[in-house]
Amino acid sequence: MSAPKKLYTLDASNVKATRQGFGKGLLDASEGSKDVFVLTADLEGSTNVTAFKEKYPKRFINVGVAEQVMAGTAAGLASEGFSVVMTSFAVFNPGRNWDFVRAQIALNNLSVVVVGSHAGLATGEDGATHQALEDVALMRSLPTMTVLSPCDFHEAASLTKQAIALKKPVYLRLARQKTPFIFSAHEKFTIGKAKTLVKGSDATLLTTGITCDQALLASELLFKYAKLSVSVVHHGSLKPFDTQSVAGIKHKHIFTFEDHNIVGGLGSCAAETMAECGHRAKLVRIGTTSFGQSGDYASLYKKYGLDAKSVALRICKEMRPTAYASFARKIKTLKL
Amino acid sequence: MLRKKEHKELTHKSYELRKEILKMIYEAKSGHPGGSFSIIDVLTILYNKVLKHDPKVPSWKLRDRVILSAGHICPALYATLADQGYFPKSKLKTLRKLGSGLQGHPELHHLPGVENTGGPLGQGIPFAVGKALALKTRNIPSKIYCVTSDGEHQEGSSWEAIGLAAHHKLSNLCVIVDRNNIQIGGKVEEQMALRKLKSKYHAFGWNVVDINGHNLNLIYDAFRYFKIHKRKKPFCIVAHTILGKGVSFMQDDSKWHGSAPNKEQLDKALAELDKKQKKHVLFFDLKKRGIFK
Repeated sequence: MSAPKKLYTLDASNVKATRQGFGKGLLDASEGSKDVFVLTADLEGSTNVTAFKEKYPKRFINVGVAEQVMAGTAAGLASEGFSVVMTSFAVFNPGRNWDFVRAQIALNNLSVVVVGSHAGLATGEDGATHQALEDVALMRSLPTMTVLSPCDFHEAASLTKQAIALKKPVYLRLARQKTPFIFSAHEKFTIGKAKTLVKGSDATLLTTGITCDQALLASELLFKYAKLSVSVVHHGSLKPFDTQSVAGIKHKHIFTFEDHNIVGGLGSCAAETMAECGHRAKLVRIGTTSFGQSGDYASLYKKYGLDAKSVALRICKEMRPTAYASFARKIKTLKL
Repeated sequence: MLRKKEHKELTHKSYELRKEILKMIYEAKSGHPGGSFSIIDVLTILYNKVLKHDPKVPSWKLRDRVILSAGHICPALYATLADQGYFPKSKLKTLRKLGSGLQGHPELHHLPGVENTGGPLGQGIPFAVGKALALKTRNIPSKIYCVTSDGEHQEGSSWEAIGLAAHHKLSNLCVIVDRNNIQIGGKVEEQMALRKLKSKYHAFGWNVVDINGHNLNLIYDAFRYFKIHKRKKPFCIVAHTILGKGVSFMQDDSKWHGSAPNKEQLDKALAELDKKQKKHVLFFDLKKRGIFK
């Protein structure tokens, strides 16, 4: 066992939401362009498109509480040459208008970025109806869809610009909560390529979206209190998925960790890859297996096993069952 | 009003197109003849007298666009497009066959002249609204014509789009409703009544006219009114039609919404259409000669 090498660290002094990064990326992408058109289903403020609206009022429409017409209109606009970005909460977009996304956007292969904000349990107090835990599963299954899941502000900004430039159907999954910066403004991101954040020697923890900061904390806890050296690899792109990155893992234990159901998201991406390349490692998928409920972000993550301590305990139990009780005692009262 | 000679020619053409529709559905062994027959008179006028388009340049930027929201009645569209010269008539017999551009429900990018993917009902008006907004934003003066069925007005998404179009004063948008009062389950007004469609559209902020959807003169006048009206409102033509119009054993029977004829039924229908076509043309000639006033 060797100490994990940290290639990136959390910047807890800089805390912003991925939806804010999207708002910035949208403005950057629209600079000098006459083609970007933004639609929202009455969630202008929450999805951070107000600044776009103020700068380009002729290319912004709030369709009202009407996600289906938003998707159909987006497709119609895109068929005439616009690069369309349409925003709402992930439960409604693509949840409510999935037939439109499938038949009008994906089947027609049109230039529309579907922005599903407030995804995951992290949405918090609004409760189960507003916590999208199935959206990645829906969108990954569409043949022409790219699925992106940034972990921090800067990655969100970069992936937004790339998504618009692709001029194809893209799903961009964002979160409500403010989370620490992991990357700098100069970091380069490539769709289809994972980023190794920590290099460890005992196991690999794959993560996606805003659970990244909890993954990094879990890796620290595991080394400090259980002498387990765990790599952390972030997948900002779930489709195309960096299969080579997973196929090349040398460890005997691979864990996936996401604020999404364990069916159809990152866990399934890893399972599919491992099965197809004959990977001999054991896979453990950490994510949700039920609907959520109302609560604050931190309490929800703790209850549903998505906080750093729960993830670390899960990994320790799997890999060092005899050390589990002692590890649990050590980290129980730690304030992270 | 159409000129008498035009009226005669277009009547003749509408019967020809009906024959083509039925032959292609027979060949495919599946399809939707009933609605295809109820809308074909509207399409005949639209493509021959109203639409600004060039079949040799299907992507001409200044063309008018036709959205077929009721995608299942695509045999009517395909027959019309072939007649206009968008693709060879020989392709009509490939309807619904593997590898054919004539998909069972039309898809964008598959065939020249097809402007949208239709099939899931209630998606065409939203798509048409997007196109209308795009043209308005780019200051392109072309029109959007969206052909819908009455049944698809049971889909809530249609009404989302109807509201949005009026809110944005999309006066470049014309929706045509094939009001044949038939859906798979039977009569629309008995399954889930739409009641006064004209009043509903009006309440949503549209200009609306009701017409007999088989009267070529009235269809033509309705389209002309759309093109010249100055009000900043989208326009709806509620075309009252008969499912299966033209073939007596198909008319008004929900069975013919989505069934293909067998050989015997095909021959019987073609014979009836032939007879009616000759009779109508004869009628025009006799009228011209003053035999009928």
